[in-house]
Amino acid sequence: MAIRHISVIFFLSLVFVIAGCSGNKTKPDDEANGTSGVEDGAPIDVGEDDYSSSGLDEEGGVILDPLDDPASDLFVRTIYFDYDSASIRDDSMIIVREHGKYLSGNPDRLVRLEGHADERGTREYNLALGEERAKSVREVLLLEGAQEEQIEIVSFGEERPAVEGTDDSALQLNRRVEVVY
Amino acid sequence: MKIINSKYFLTFFLAWMLLISKSSYALLEIEITQGVKSAMPLAITPVDGDMPIAATLLESVVFADMHRSGYFSIVDKKKYPQQKIELDKVDYNIWRNMGIEALLSMRAHATGQDQVRVQFELYDLVRKTRALGHSVTVDSDQLRKVAHKISDLVFEKLTGIKGAFSTRIAYISEASSNEGKKYQLQIADSDGYNPRTIFSSSKQLMSPAWSPDGRRVAYVSFENERSEIFVQNVSTGKRSKVSSHPGINSAPSWSPDGGSLALTLSSGGDPEIFILDIESGKLRKLTNHYGIDTEAAWSPDGRFIYFTSNRSGSPQVYQVPFGGGSPKRLTFEGSYNAAPSVAADGKTIAMVHRNDDGYRIAVLDTDTNAFSLITDGVLDEAPSFAPNGSMIIYSTRHNNSTVLSAVSADGRVKQRLRLQKEKVREPSWSPFRR
Repeated sequence: MAIRHISVIFFLSLVFVIAGCSGNKTKPDDEANGTSGVEDGAPIDVGEDDYSSSGLDEEGGVILDPLDDPASDLFVRTIYFDYDSASIRDDSMIIVREHGKYLSGNPDRLVRLEGHADERGTREYNLALGEERAKSVREVLLLEGAQEEQIEIVSFGEERPAVEGTDDSALQLNRRVEVVY
Repeated sequence: MKIINSKYFLTFFLAWMLLISKSSYALLEIEITQGVKSAMPLAITPVDGDMPIAATLLESVVFADMHRSGYFSIVDKKKYPQQKIELDKVDYNIWRNMGIEALLSMRAHATGQDQVRVQFELYDLVRKTRALGHSVTVDSDQLRKVAHKISDLVFEKLTGIKGAFSTRIAYISEASSNEGKKYQLQIADSDGYNPRTIFSSSKQLMSPAWSPDGRRVAYVSFENERSEIFVQNVSTGKRSKVSSHPGINSAPSWSPDGGSLALTLSSGGDPEIFILDIESGKLRKLTNHYGIDTEAAWSPDGRFIYFTSNRSGSPQVYQVPFGGGSPKRLTFEGSYNAAPSVAADGKTIAMVHRNDDGYRIAVLDTDTNAFSLITDGVLDEAPSFAPNGSMIIYSTRHNNSTVLSAVSADGRVKQRLRLQKEKVREPSWSPFRR
């Protein structure tokens, strides 16, 4: 029992580490783009390829993309699902909505929704289920004002588990949609 | 280091082979789950000749084939009244009095450079006649093929059903190393030996399916970071992408004439079954429901497509005429029935069924609606019928890995196939060679 508890903590911390890594990924790009020293304080437009820009506000502070704020709901990029279900859970809904609002307010941003399933059930059915999950997330993003062109969906079914393992915590961590900006 | 290990392993393996040939027929991987009352008592006498290793190989392969089929109970050779049968000198009465119905006698002799002359006779102890007798000379590395051929002939003679031991299986293997994961599409003999890789990728592979002529395999590859369907010629290795629409491209299944593929596409919004004419590339939508429709399988006469749909709220197996029409639900047992595989008789359907204990392989007789579970693992998946309908191959969890297992269609006999380091899954049983 204790061991199981520890493994849950381990997996959760792993998720945070992974989430942390992907959240940090955009920072070197920001620096490379050299988005500093703007006189009117607006973020510099560095072209269509740019996906995470920051600048200085009027007081000279750095403007950070809310996607990179660890306290923001937008920092949560993985939405978890119940077994054989593509319905967004109540506790995830606020997060998905925030992403929708963000996309609505940032029409240049693109997102890829990657649907996944746990290992139980047939691989082909799970490929379809992963897509259903990604579509559920897309529905909410669209309701919040995101545009179809901003959203790409892809399903990997059970082919790309987040964690290896067959216990309930591993299965839960694998039933997910990853929101990839 | 690796070379030493593999040499060591080979030595160990040969020693083990010799050991089992001396002691008994107790092959490690065979598991009899129920009594084999209706199975025909068969005797296989020790293979005679001057090539002990060849003899052991021949004997173990034929034994495993006959046993795995579920049609025979092979009598313990310690009880045999004659250990060696001189050509046509069978004491029919003494064997028959033991209740044994058939007797297989084999010999292996060295001839020339690395060649073996294999002779075998099958005796019908009920009719007291020699039912079969052949001899063939082959290179030693062809012994497995010869053994499977003998199994095919004996099986057909005794059951009236064409043997399927000389057929092949295609499957996906997954290996992990420091460099990451490697996914391979492999083809092996029907007992899992002689695996050969025909496609290898760092991205996931899924759902191999044989063409009816046994020359091509269709499969799903994620090499472009999404599901796409490819068809590959098994002997030349030439491959072509046949489906790459937006969304899911998956679950390929060949029509019996080899001209079309049934597949799952979600480009219209949700997963539906389509029929793709391979030559012209023309697509026809077969199903139309907002739920999940996938995992198509053709009836052998090409008149029907079986598939999985969750239109009732849970995944169940449905049947729809090839020309289209309203699907008919076939499964009502439990809340999860998926991945149908249709036997050559066109009426027996194997599938994955979930119950309280896990995912198992079940068989539905569509004539009588009899539904029976034939495996007992926690995660048994991907059933595929042998072309003669006698056995089903599937994937099962074993020691934290995934292995292939064969089960007789009645569920009485199960045998795990040769174990490999890699995880292996999604077996697809080839058609008969044409």
